[in-house]
Amino acid sequence: MIKFSLLPAAALAALVGLSLALPAHAADAPAGKTPPGINASPSLKIAKSGSTKVSPEGFLSRWLVLEPIPGDGRVTESAVRAAAQKEYFPDQNSVIPHDGDKVKVGDAEYSWHAVDINRHNVNLYHFAYFLGKPTSDVVFWGVTIVDSPEEIPNVRLAVGSNSGSVWWVNGEERVALYGDIQTFIDDAASKKFTLKKGPNIVRFIVVNNRGMVDCCARFLDANDQPITRLTLSLTDPAKK
Amino acid sequence: MKIHHLATAWLTLVTSAFALDGQIGIHDPSTLIKCDGKFYTYGTGGGGLVSDDGWTWRQGTALARTGLAPDVIHIGDRYYVYVARNVGAQPKAEIEMISNKTLDPASPDYKWELGGIVATTDGIEDCNGIDPGVLLDPKGRLWLTYGSYFGYIRIVELDPKTGKRLDPNSKPVDLAINCEASIMIFHDGWYYLLATHGSCCQGANSNYNIRVGRSKNPTGPFVDHDGLDMIEAGGKLFLGSESRLVGAGHFGRLTLDESTEVFSYHYEADLDRGGASVLAIRPLLWKDGWPVAGENAKAGTYALESVRTGTALELGVEGVPLSGGRGGAGRGRGPAAGGRGPGGPSGPAAAPADALVAGAPPVGAVPGGGAPGGAARGGGRGPGGLFGGTGAPIPPQDVAVVSKNWPAGNIATRMANYLDQAQQKWALSVAPNAGGYPGAPYFKITVAGTDRALAATAEDELTTVAEFTGASEQLWRVQQLTDGSYRIMPKSVPGSNEQLALSAVGNSFATLAKFNPENDRQHWNLKGL
Repeated sequence: MIKFSLLPAAALAALVGLSLALPAHAADAPAGKTPPGINASPSLKIAKSGSTKVSPEGFLSRWLVLEPIPGDGRVTESAVRAAAQKEYFPDQNSVIPHDGDKVKVGDAEYSWHAVDINRHNVNLYHFAYFLGKPTSDVVFWGVTIVDSPEEIPNVRLAVGSNSGSVWWVNGEERVALYGDIQTFIDDAASKKFTLKKGPNIVRFIVVNNRGMVDCCARFLDANDQPITRLTLSLTDPAKK
Repeated sequence: MKIHHLATAWLTLVTSAFALDGQIGIHDPSTLIKCDGKFYTYGTGGGGLVSDDGWTWRQGTALARTGLAPDVIHIGDRYYVYVARNVGAQPKAEIEMISNKTLDPASPDYKWELGGIVATTDGIEDCNGIDPGVLLDPKGRLWLTYGSYFGYIRIVELDPKTGKRLDPNSKPVDLAINCEASIMIFHDGWYYLLATHGSCCQGANSNYNIRVGRSKNPTGPFVDHDGLDMIEAGGKLFLGSESRLVGAGHFGRLTLDESTEVFSYHYEADLDRGGASVLAIRPLLWKDGWPVAGENAKAGTYALESVRTGTALELGVEGVPLSGGRGGAGRGRGPAAGGRGPGGPSGPAAAPADALVAGAPPVGAVPGGGAPGGAARGGGRGPGGLFGGTGAPIPPQDVAVVSKNWPAGNIATRMANYLDQAQQKWALSVAPNAGGYPGAPYFKITVAGTDRALAATAEDELTTVAEFTGASEQLWRVQQLTDGSYRIMPKSVPGSNEQLALSAVGNSFATLAKFNPENDRQHWNLKGL
């Protein structure tokens, strides 16, 4: 079945015999109106302070997400890797921001927002849409802090994303996804590594072209079962 | 088996591309059996074959009783062998039982004990009392079927404690007609009677073929898939002649573990071995309640598709789409590479799409990063519009061209939807002098057209090494499971004694894990390319 939302506009026009092309950012929030805000989203809520448990299925459910930064709209492997290696803002691979912190990319300013998710996925489309930001041809950064009650060897970080994404744990790249893909639970899994006792910093960049954009992540144990005894917080452990 | 064609030569044979390795000349082999780590089978004339791995065979020690078409079963701490002989002219015959604690002549326990006659035919009745086949059923009852043309295949019950006839005065029950080499097996509530039809012992002119019927009762009736009773000459074809291997007969089942079974049999004539009668071993599958002859993995080029995910194993490099895809987004983008999977520090340094453009573009390939957007605006590149393709056959991707952008050294693997790209094609070839497992040799698995070989790592993960060295972690056991899919296992994992299998994690990653028959993660399809 053809996904019309993902078909190139010109191709779609050709397909239906129309002579006009669809606007490139048809799904973005309407310009000039006051955005409804994150709490209007059916999938996201502004996160409270403190910690929370991962979801019953182990999904990392509390994140700091940066407002979308313009990207080049390409999601090939090389393009996603280039996006992950590009410096958008200072300390982007180490910063643990607070809700409301701002970063400058070029002349534009972008804010971090603390959000809780109520499904398995971080719906970045909702995030951008309800903040009145573009959803297409953008990149999203996200950070969360996973607190583990003990050292857990042989874990995997299992992720899904729409579209490409790169994921780091404690500063080390663990897994990536490329291409014009949809978010499937556990679509890609990292090689096994050890989740340390205490705070572990998980960070992502999601690169979108157009249409839906979201991601999901959880840790799997040595038997590939979700780890559900983890908690999440958004406070820099070094500053506790 | 017909007595007037017993002149089977014991041949020392060389390796064939089609069958087992080593000395495999045998006629009427007994059910393959394992004892103290070795595999054994015994044939007509008393000769036997032995193997350390089930792939490479050598001559074994003759039984204490020689005769026709023996069968062997392991019960408790003893091996019971049933061997027949004609007493005078056919069909006057008798089946004798002998037993031993071991089949290994080097063992101090190796000592045959004579168990006496368990079945006879008098030369007049409608049965020729040879070709025994034994089954210990799940209820603990031991059954012997026998017979060879001259009327019926018959069944009697034996005593599992002694291997002898349970009631010597009981009357045998007729099960089937006009066949020989019968044996029962049990599966999922059904008794299956496998017997060989056709003519034996005529070399390449033998039309031996194995047939099967099933019953809920060991004494029948055994009915085939078409409702025909085997006692009325029914029987579903299980295996006949194939290619240059003529005349399949004398089925015997060996269960290797809860997900893998094999069957042993002989071909009357292997045309590539001068028409000699040879041992063969193949996977035994089950489909719709019937046994099916499986296929040993063969050398060739394959997509390795996960049954669990439907995605295929690929080298962790950026794929280059073949031409014939649709145009870009009208904004200067080409089609997405479609590749996905884990990157990470052990993965390759990705080559930028532009490098593919700047390098020698593969024949028939479109670089991932930059098909002109204008092409799409016209509704596609081909003469037939958006879905019309290029108008000409698209040649296969040239691995010699696309691999120029692959990093040197080890490259990780991942999984993705199969798109006929070079990094997704794997060549299985027999690893020389590496041994094997029942029915097949160890394989090396390389990216087709290259020497880059799949290997296990000490971290129980997968990688590829730039060149195959023959190390045991680069040798792969590719074994068909009873459902028809394959299990792919390294011969060894560095620093580990565990037997691990290629296993899907999510859609896009493959690792090594203990085999779990309860799910499909370690099940793979070999899709020939």
